[in-house]
Amino acid sequence: MSVPVTSAKPRTEAPLDHSKIGSAQHSAGGLGLSPVQTRSERFAAYEVERFQPARPTDAEWKYTPLAKVEPLTAGELDGGSYEYESQVQGGASVSWIARDDARIGTAGTPEDRASANAWSSFERALAIEIEGEDAAATVARRAMGGTARAAHLVIEAAPNSRGVVVLENTGGALLAENLEIIVGDAAELTVISLHEWEDDAIHLASHFTSIGRQGHLKHVSVTLGGDVVRVNPTARLGAERGEVELYGLYFADAGQHIEHQVFVNHDAPHTTSTVTYKGALQGDGAHTVWIGDVLIGRNGTGTESYEQNRNLLLSDGARADSVPNLEIETGDIVGAGHASASGRFDDEQLFYLQARGIPEDEARRLVVRGFLGEVVQKIGVPEIEERLDAAIEAELAVTP
Amino acid sequence: MSELTIRDLHVSVETEQGNKKILKGVDLTIKSNEIHAVMGPNGSGKSTLAYTLAGHPKYHVEGGSIELDGEDVLEMSVDERARAGLFLAMQYPVEIPGVTVTNFLRTAKTAIDGEAPAIRSWVKDVRESMQNLRMDKSFAERNVNEGFSGGEKKRHEILQLELLKPRFAVLDETDSGLDVDALKVVSEGVNRAKESTGLGLLLITHYTRILRYISPDFVHVFVDGRVAEEGGAELADRLENEGYDRFLTGTNVG
Ligand SMILES: Nc1ncnc2c1ncn2[C@@H]1O[C@H](COP(=O)(O)OP(=O)(O)O)[C@@H](O)[C@H]1O
Ligand SMILES: [Mg+2]
Repeated sequence: MSVPVTSAKPRTEAPLDHSKIGSAQHSAGGLGLSPVQTRSERFAAYEVERFQPARPTDAEWKYTPLAKVEPLTAGELDGGSYEYESQVQGGASVSWIARDDARIGTAGTPEDRASANAWSSFERALAIEIEGEDAAATVARRAMGGTARAAHLVIEAAPNSRGVVVLENTGGALLAENLEIIVGDAAELTVISLHEWEDDAIHLASHFTSIGRQGHLKHVSVTLGGDVVRVNPTARLGAERGEVELYGLYFADAGQHIEHQVFVNHDAPHTTSTVTYKGALQGDGAHTVWIGDVLIGRNGTGTESYEQNRNLLLSDGARADSVPNLEIETGDIVGAGHASASGRFDDEQLFYLQARGIPEDEARRLVVRGFLGEVVQKIGVPEIEERLDAAIEAELAVTP
Repeated sequence: MSELTIRDLHVSVETEQGNKKILKGVDLTIKSNEIHAVMGPNGSGKSTLAYTLAGHPKYHVEGGSIELDGEDVLEMSVDERARAGLFLAMQYPVEIPGVTVTNFLRTAKTAIDGEAPAIRSWVKDVRESMQNLRMDKSFAERNVNEGFSGGEKKRHEILQLELLKPRFAVLDETDSGLDVDALKVVSEGVNRAKESTGLGLLLITHYTRILRYISPDFVHVFVDGRVAEEGGAELADRLENEGYDRFLTGTNVG
């Protein structure tokens, strides 16, 4: 069991190997030397040609199985429209928009080759618009198929609106995509992205978020299915009093790779972020990666930030990598901390429950549900919470 | 009428320095409605006896037997022992994050009885027992033992004793760390449980304090992994005055 780390002291930690200098990504790793840079200086561009091929020494690819994702980092992508099902309520709407729509590119810029490949390839973007007080939209993608694809989604919450967007992903996929989330001033938005892909699916996603003045985003990433699933949420708090909650819940089975690279950029006064990712791993070769970068920039006075990742290893042969980074460039903050812990299933907990008559398998379920439940409870949409409880139950029923 | 019989029990534990013998031939028979106090200095093996009865995997039985009404307890898994009617109130109860007391109690009750308890009477029973143990209602929604004080953990153990209604209960230093008021409340809970179900009790303690509230029928003095002396309640009074010194000459336990 690794020791949880908490720190409120400034700490810089960023030996990343990409430079933003010049017009193309160039690597500094060739000589075995990496310039010290901050997370915000990572190379970013829309065009795939400006990126170097993905290499295992790159900070953003270090943990990812590169051979499996190569069709998405290096191959040609089908950027055409695909089938989806949607349900809307209140002031919510779903429609295709053109590549040159003014909103596209307002929330972020690709920072890795797959993301740029998707950006360079998509033909139309799917837009989910939220207006009014009680808007809700569900977009389900069930048939993305096995050909390499690019997709682009835009979720826009109008100023002062309140709404919930659920993205359901099932079936097969070989998909690189970008999701832009634009939270207007004083809007309150929940985005729940569910990845319940089939066993052989490969999905690389970058979620970019911009949050307006007093805007509030709750972002939940749930990954249960797929072969390789990597979701990288970036939230830029660039206006005063913006707030973001980023939650993640994942369950990796034998051979499954689930990765999250989370980046929160506090770039305006009095912004708040809470990051909680929790995962369970069971089976040989189950691998999860969590990299959590929080940057409190010079403009981020009065920031309040806390990030944590916890993993529960249920069997031998599973591996959880967990890397929290906190960079603070201003002395004037309310608080910042991070914690990371990956531990084996606690046999003393099991003993305690069994000593009360509860059979071993049920005791394990109770402990795992309890562990992941903290994140499930944050979702705030009862039907989804119930569904996830059932899905976690089903994951546990698969013996390692 | 039930009987729990421990015969010539030898137990070792895996330590970093290798296998260590702790229990060196323990004989003890407890019947329903009897209260047995096991007293002894720290390190004499009292908790080892308790954990071995419950089936903790760290403790290896090297010889001897444990039987519950003729059934071989050593053959049973931890949860089977609990369902057969054994209960261990632990010296150091374990925290279970994310599992509420309510959920935990209902799950345990269902497992022990083999069926879910009738909702209405169950909720009433839980509420009453909690009131009797002076536990605030809010405990029901807290996670098992998480952030509980020492005294709260012990009350929670006795709450389970009352609700799960075992045939035999081992209380491992339930008295330690309790102030006088809490000790009284907890002792009353134990006495109530005994009165209502007629369970047999093995009360493990270092001090005689709790024996003022729960009066033992038998006292066993535990030294260096075996019973060194046995008697009635009067033996406890002697220990109160004399301490364990006279048992410790010649051994290095302290
Ligand atoms: N899990 C364990 N690992 C290592 N040593 C143990 C363990 N449990 C007990 N012991 C050792 O066995 C002896 C008896 O311990 P214990 O049964 O806890 O005594 P008591 O409860 O009477 O204080 C002590 O010397 C203790 O250090
Ligand atoms: Mg002890």
